[in-house]
Amino acid sequence: MARLTFTGGIHPYDGKDLSKSSPIEDVLPGKELVFPLSQHIGAPATALVQKGDRVLRGQKIAEAGGFVSAPVYSSVSGTVKALEKRRIATGDMVMSIIVENDEQYEEVEYTPLGTPEDDLKREDIINAVKEAGIVGMGGAGFPTHVKLSPKEPKDIDYIIANCAECEPYLTSDYRRMLEEPEKLIGGMKIILKLFPNAHGILAVEDNKPDCVGLLKKMVSTESRICVKALKTKYPQGSERHLISATTGREINSTMLPADAGCIVNNVDTIVSVYRAVTEGKPLMERIITVTGDCIKDPKNYRCHTGMNYADLLEKAGGFTTEPEKIICGGPMMGFAMFDLDIPVTKTSTALLAFKKDAVSASKPTACINCGKCAAACPGRIIPSHLAMYAERNDFENFVADGGMECCECGCCSFVCPAKRPLTQEIKSMRKLELANRKNKGGK
Amino acid sequence: MSELKNVSSNPHIRSNNSTQFIMLMVIVALLPATGYGIYHFGIRALFVLCTTVVSAVVTEFLFGLYKKDQTVPDLSAVVTGLLLGLNLPVSIPLWMAALGSIFAILVVKCIFGGLGQNFMNPALGGRVFLILSFPKAMTDFAYDAISGATPLARLKAGESVDILDMVVGNTQGTIGETSAIAILVGACILLLFGIITLRVPGMYILSFALFTALFGGHGFDGAFIAAQLAGGGLLLGAFFMATDYVTRPITVKGQYIYGIFLGILTGIFRFFGPGAEGVSYAIIIGNLLVPLIEKYTKPTPFGYRKKAH
Repeated sequence: MARLTFTGGIHPYDGKDLSKSSPIEDVLPGKELVFPLSQHIGAPATALVQKGDRVLRGQKIAEAGGFVSAPVYSSVSGTVKALEKRRIATGDMVMSIIVENDEQYEEVEYTPLGTPEDDLKREDIINAVKEAGIVGMGGAGFPTHVKLSPKEPKDIDYIIANCAECEPYLTSDYRRMLEEPEKLIGGMKIILKLFPNAHGILAVEDNKPDCVGLLKKMVSTESRICVKALKTKYPQGSERHLISATTGREINSTMLPADAGCIVNNVDTIVSVYRAVTEGKPLMERIITVTGDCIKDPKNYRCHTGMNYADLLEKAGGFTTEPEKIICGGPMMGFAMFDLDIPVTKTSTALLAFKKDAVSASKPTACINCGKCAAACPGRIIPSHLAMYAERNDFENFVADGGMECCECGCCSFVCPAKRPLTQEIKSMRKLELANRKNKGGK
Repeated sequence: MSELKNVSSNPHIRSNNSTQFIMLMVIVALLPATGYGIYHFGIRALFVLCTTVVSAVVTEFLFGLYKKDQTVPDLSAVVTGLLLGLNLPVSIPLWMAALGSIFAILVVKCIFGGLGQNFMNPALGGRVFLILSFPKAMTDFAYDAISGATPLARLKAGESVDILDMVVGNTQGTIGETSAIAILVGACILLLFGIITLRVPGMYILSFALFTALFGGHGFDGAFIAAQLAGGGLLLGAFFMATDYVTRPITVKGQYIYGIFLGILTGIFRFFGPGAEGVSYAIIIGNLLVPLIEKYTKPTPFGYRKKAH
C-alpha cells in the first residue's frame, strides 16, 4: 500500500535525536509570570483582576472577549503586579497581566465534569473546553471550543489528532504520546461524543514507530478510533495536508476543515480537553522542548504558562556557547527572538538555540528558475513567481497565481539554492493583501 | 545574555544546496564529453575550450566590475563557456571562439539582467551568432587533414553511417557532440544528483524519435532513428541545453510540452529544412515560447483540483 502523504514537501535534518529520549521533566517558574491577554486567534481576553489582587493557581484572571476568544488562567498563586504591555514571541507588544509568584502554588478547587466513559452532554463538554481556555496548542492558537462547534456536527466524519510533529527538533508531542497516551485517547473519546457520525484518526509520522505501535495497541478495542502512520515529510502536520493524507479530501485556503467533514486538533490540545473534562483543570501548562546545538542538555519540560523563557533556560542548564539565534517554536515556522525576556504562552512549543544563524549566513542571489521551490511547495503554487510579484507589488498576478494559497510552511525558502527569502516575501504580500481586503470591506 | 540575537522571518534553516553547487555539477557532468572531445580531436580542442571558458569568465568578471556585483563565483559563466566550446568545430579560429563567448555572456545574458534573466540559452545564442556570422568556419569539420562531413550530413546525402562509431564518438562534428556515451554518462550524473529531471530530455528524445519514424523517410528503421538521435548534438542539447533552468518552463506540464515541441521542431528542421542539423535553432525558438507555455500550464493549487467531499 502506498504510504499516506501529500505532494511536495521537504526532508530537513530533523534533530529529534537530541531530545527524544529524555522524559518530560517538571520545571517550576521564576519570580515573575506574564500572561498575555492575546494568546489565541480572535478577540483579546478581558482582564478580571487589578493590580494588587491576590490570585490562586487555576484562577481565571481574564475572561474571553467574545465567542472567538479564550479566557486566561494564572498558573501560580501570587499577587498581580501590573497590567502592562509586554513583548511576546511574535515580536508584538501585547497587554498582559503580570503576576508575582509567591511560590506557594495554592490552587483553586476544580470541578470535574466526568470521565470519557460517562454519558456527557454536548453543551457541557463544549462549555468545559471553552471555560478551560483551550486553544490550538500546535502553534495556531485557534479557540478549540469554536472548532468543536461546526454548524452541523452530524456532517463531521473524522476527528483527526495531529500527532505528526513534522517540525524538526520538536519532541514534545512525541513524549506526550509515549508517556500519557491514555490522556490522548481519552480526550479523543470525549471529542467523539460531540460528533455522532465521526471516527477518530490518530495521525502519526512513521519516524515514531514506537508511538504508532503503542497507540495501535491501545486503540485495538476502540471501534471508533484508528491509528494511521504517515510518511515522514515536512509539513505533514499542516492541517490541510494532514486531512488530505489521512482522508484523501482536499480543502483550499478559503475553506474550513469542517467543509471536508474533518476537525483537526493537536496532541496537546486533545490532552488539555481531557484534563478540562475529567479534572476540571484549565489550560495552564504545556510541554516545551528545549533543544539546539547550544543547549547543554536538550530535554522536554512541563512548563507553567506565563513562565519567562530566560527562567526556563536557566533551569535547563543554560547555553554551552552563546547562540546566534534563538527561536520560539520549530525552525521552519517558529519565531526568532532577539532576547529571552518572553513568556511561555499556550501556543509555545519549543525553545531552540542555534550556534549559527543559517539565514544571516546566506546571501540571496539571482533566481535561476530551477523550480525546486515549486517542486517542494505543498500548496502546488510557484513560489519563485509569487515572490517576484511580491517584489513588484503586483497584487493582481499574486492573487491570480494562487498567492493566497500559501501556508507559509517555509519549504521554498529552505530548498532555494539561490537562498532567496521566498516564504518571507510571499508572507508579507499575503498580509498586505488581507489588510487591503479588510480596508475595502470596511468602507 | 549580553547582546540582541539575530531575528528573521521563518524558516530559520536552509538546505545545503547552492547555485554554485548546481553549476559545479553541470561542469562535472560535462567532463566526460569534454575529455572525449580532447582525446578525439586532439590538443587543439583543449585550446578552443580554454578560449571559450576564459573569455566567458573574463567578460562576466568585467561586467561584474561595471555593475559592482561580482557573479563569477556562481560558476555559471564557466558552464556557458564550456557548453559553447563543446558546440564549436575544433578547427574554429580562436578569436571567433572568444567572440562567441563574449556575445553569449555580454549580449545574451548580462544586458538582459544577468543570470536568471536571459530569455535564451547563452551558449546557444553564442553559437547561433557564430553560425550566422561565420558560416564557413562553423561548418568546417575537417581535422587532422581528414576532410569529412558529419554523420547527419552523410545521412542527408543518402549515405550510410556506422552507428557504433556514432555511439562511441568516432565521427566528425563539434568538439562535444560526437560521443553519445560520454554525453549519456554526464546526463546520468545530472539525473542522479537531481540537478535535472527526465521531463524535458525524455520528451524531446521520444517525440523526435517518433517524428523521425513518421516523417524521416525511412519509416521505423531502428538504425536510422538511432543515428538521428546520436548525431547532430541532439543528446548534448537535450540533456545540457534544453534543461537549462532559466530558459525552460518551470511548470511540470510545461516541461513535457516544451520537450515535445523541441522534438517536433528539430524534426522539421532536419527533414524538411535545407540543413542536416537543427537542435540549436529548435531550442532557441523553444526558449522564446517559454513564457507562453508557462502561462497556459499553471498548476492548480492544492484544494482546487479535487472536491472536498
